[in-house]
Amino acid sequence: MANWVPLWLHRLGSPPVFYRFAGAVRPWAFGLALLLGAVALYGGLVVAPADYQQGDAYRIIFIHVPSAWMSLFIYGAMAVAAFVGLVWRIKIAEVVAMESAPIGAAFTLITLVTGSLWGKPMWGTWWTWDARLTSELVLLFIYLGIIGLYHSFEDRRQGARAAAFLVLVGAVNVPIVHFSVNWWNTLHQGSTIRLLGPSHIEASMLWPLLTMMAATKCYYVASLFARVRADLIASEGGKAWVRDIALGQPGNDAA
Amino acid sequence: MSQFLAMGGYGAYVWTAFATFLIVLLIDTLAPLARRRRNLRELRARLARQENRRRPGTPPSNESNA
Repeated sequence: MANWVPLWLHRLGSPPVFYRFAGAVRPWAFGLALLLGAVALYGGLVVAPADYQQGDAYRIIFIHVPSAWMSLFIYGAMAVAAFVGLVWRIKIAEVVAMESAPIGAAFTLITLVTGSLWGKPMWGTWWTWDARLTSELVLLFIYLGIIGLYHSFEDRRQGARAAAFLVLVGAVNVPIVHFSVNWWNTLHQGSTIRLLGPSHIEASMLWPLLTMMAATKCYYVASLFARVRADLIASEGGKAWVRDIALGQPGNDAA
Repeated sequence: MSQFLAMGGYGAYVWTAFATFLIVLLIDTLAPLARRRRNLRELRARLARQENRRRPGTPPSNESNA
């Protein structure tokens, strides 16, 4: 690896540098998310044909599946950040882990609600206690537990460290969610998109799905950076660089 | 157009799902922006109070327009 990469990462561990970096990246990530999201919605709602079995109800897939992927992807990112924060005591890593949790919870909630709205017309029930649905619900509770534990400490860093342990323990649920459709008999259908081998979906339906996946990834970056910035203002409030931003010193409050 | 909105009879399910998606993410977008602004306002007020304690009699000019 080039020498400047670890150097750059090291510099990014400094809160004022990360604050400025996040402020510069956030509008671009958010704009890209809006653009890709709009294209994906057009492709999924207008361009893609109706399904031969499910009619137009299947179109919920274009938000349900990307949200479900994000609910697991964000947990993975959060677990990596929590691990880095616990081992190397890097403050930014702790903040990134803690501020990822609400976004992951939001995507998990979307997954559960849209899945329920899809299940009613197709399966005839809003909810069933099978492996995929139950493990996804447990994922939501784990996210809520992490958020609650973080906020129940007076000292933020102590809360972040306690919640980071919960993140690592709760990580055991992620493979359970992912493989639940293979390990148990379930009402939920198996994987449609496969990394290895051909996917079980037509190209006209595949591209809006993948575009929405890219849009939600960009959205996660934008939302995470906005949250980290808000968090740093409060947690670094005693430091000179935050005071300069608060008092409107020129050149510091970019975006 | 009305055919598009009907979604082959599944309109209620499909549009509720997409509305949920957009509303949840809209809240998730706006909440941190408001939180950052609130944190900055509180910090400014705290700094003004400290300044006032250090030099009594100075009007807390930073608090009024916070």
